[in-house]
Amino acid sequence: MTRFAVAAEGIEKHYGKVHALKEVDLKVEKGEIFGLIGSDGSGKTSLFRILTTLVLPDGGSATVGGFDVVTQYRNIRKIIGYMPGRFSLYQDLSVRENLDFFATVFNTTIEENQDLIKEIWVQLEPFSSRRAGNLSGGMKQKLALCCALVHRPDILFLDEPTTGVDPVSRREFWTMVSRFNRQGISILVSTPYMDEAALCNRIALIDDGTILETGTPSQLSENYPDDLWSVTGDSLHTLLVLLKSHPSMHSCFSFGSSIHFSTAPGAINKDVLTRWLESHDQTNVSVTSIKPTIEDRFLSLSIERVHR
Amino acid sequence: MNAIIASNLTKKFGSFTAVDHISFDVSEGEIFGFLGANGAGKTTAMRMLTGLLKPTEGKALVAGFDIKKQSEKIKANIGYMSQRFALYGDLTISENIRLFGGIYGMDAKLIAEKRDRLLDELHLKEEKDSLVSRLPLGWKQKLAFSVSIFHEPKIVFLDEPTGGVDPAARRRFWEMIYAASEQGITVFVTTHYMDEAEYCNRVSIMVDGRIEALDSPHALKTRYAASSMDEVFQMIARKATRTAD
Repeated sequence: MTRFAVAAEGIEKHYGKVHALKEVDLKVEKGEIFGLIGSDGSGKTSLFRILTTLVLPDGGSATVGGFDVVTQYRNIRKIIGYMPGRFSLYQDLSVRENLDFFATVFNTTIEENQDLIKEIWVQLEPFSSRRAGNLSGGMKQKLALCCALVHRPDILFLDEPTTGVDPVSRREFWTMVSRFNRQGISILVSTPYMDEAALCNRIALIDDGTILETGTPSQLSENYPDDLWSVTGDSLHTLLVLLKSHPSMHSCFSFGSSIHFSTAPGAINKDVLTRWLESHDQTNVSVTSIKPTIEDRFLSLSIERVHR
Repeated sequence: MNAIIASNLTKKFGSFTAVDHISFDVSEGEIFGFLGANGAGKTTAMRMLTGLLKPTEGKALVAGFDIKKQSEKIKANIGYMSQRFALYGDLTISENIRLFGGIYGMDAKLIAEKRDRLLDELHLKEEKDSLVSRLPLGWKQKLAFSVSIFHEPKIVFLDEPTGGVDPAARRRFWEMIYAASEQGITVFVTTHYMDEAEYCNRVSIMVDGRIEALDSPHALKTRYAASSMDEVFQMIARKATRTAD
């Protein structure tokens, strides 16, 4: 048996002239939460659709649970759960009917895997006779997750489950995800939110159909090549413009209440930068050396790629 | 002068109070962040402020016009952009600009003049005859925002404008928001990215139909002894008893 829940090599996909996936390699180990992180249009959904055997790749090969996505798709469909980004349950069936339907398709019953879905089902039960189309956004999401889990899959594919979801609900959703994971389900999840990377065992950053980097969140932070500074002052807007003109600047981005400014390693120190900013009329300046976040790493890799 | 004055604005759907007596002012040129969990009532409040929905109770002036009696005047004086709908994908860039300029009653000559300038600024001159659906998302957002302020509205309403956009494009987008605000356009924006809440002059946080907090990000962080707006949001929005939208 393979140790990988998902193993993809050299996956290629074109839609007409659009090159959606470019030699994508991806390995998800059994039992891990693996995050695929990238913005809209980066290829996340295309990759998910290939791995869930809904579309065929143009090149490369992949296995899911040890089965080949092209020749053994029937075996794969029995052992995976898939929650697509777009709500895709039957809008005119009730909550209960949707669940029963998916359970029947997988030759099981809601009761059989009650312990796995219990936690979500408790929240859905009061609405069990309501049509799925009339549920609120949050409830639709829970129903979709329930349907994806009803047959106790080995591997769960969650395509952007938290897009457009507020920060509090996002956190709750991730708590549920880690609980399923502890029950032995391997999880491949995609998200455009960089801060969710920290909740995964390993992640891959994807941009424009290319995997930029794969590793644990802390490995990715360590791979950041530059010195990184967090800079604040009275006027962030003028500070940003000024920092962009600094001769040692490698990159400069606003990050909420501060600006992240990078230079070649050792190019500058805190005091020199503070004095330089003060000599350019900035007040209340504070410069701190910081550890890069996943978003910093993503930005540095996507800039590198554009410049290549 | 205030761009928006809302007092006791309320909307009930049957026995459900979606927006519950909210009062706030937004000054001219301000970037105002309108935050809240899904289902807190943001969209309903925004639909009232843009003249699309009549309030059950309370009143509001938007760009000086009464949302109950002068909703058409309001529509002419505001811009609107959301992540879900902004431009027509099966029209070209140039056609979209002409369409929206026309809807807002600009004359053809002015549209043509401003369009050329805009295409220059956005470096889209060579693409002007391509379909909007072919544009990468980041460009689409920039174009959609530019179109939403093309008729020089007093206020622009942005409903989750940066959802799903890559980190670099998200930042460029905020630079455009700053530029618009410097020209005096009031920006009313909703977002689920808490780092973006930090870019606003003031933010309000809605919980269960009410505004639970309203201040500058700095003041809110001080009051809640939090290091980021995400922490503030988690503390306030967790009080919600209402589930989802």
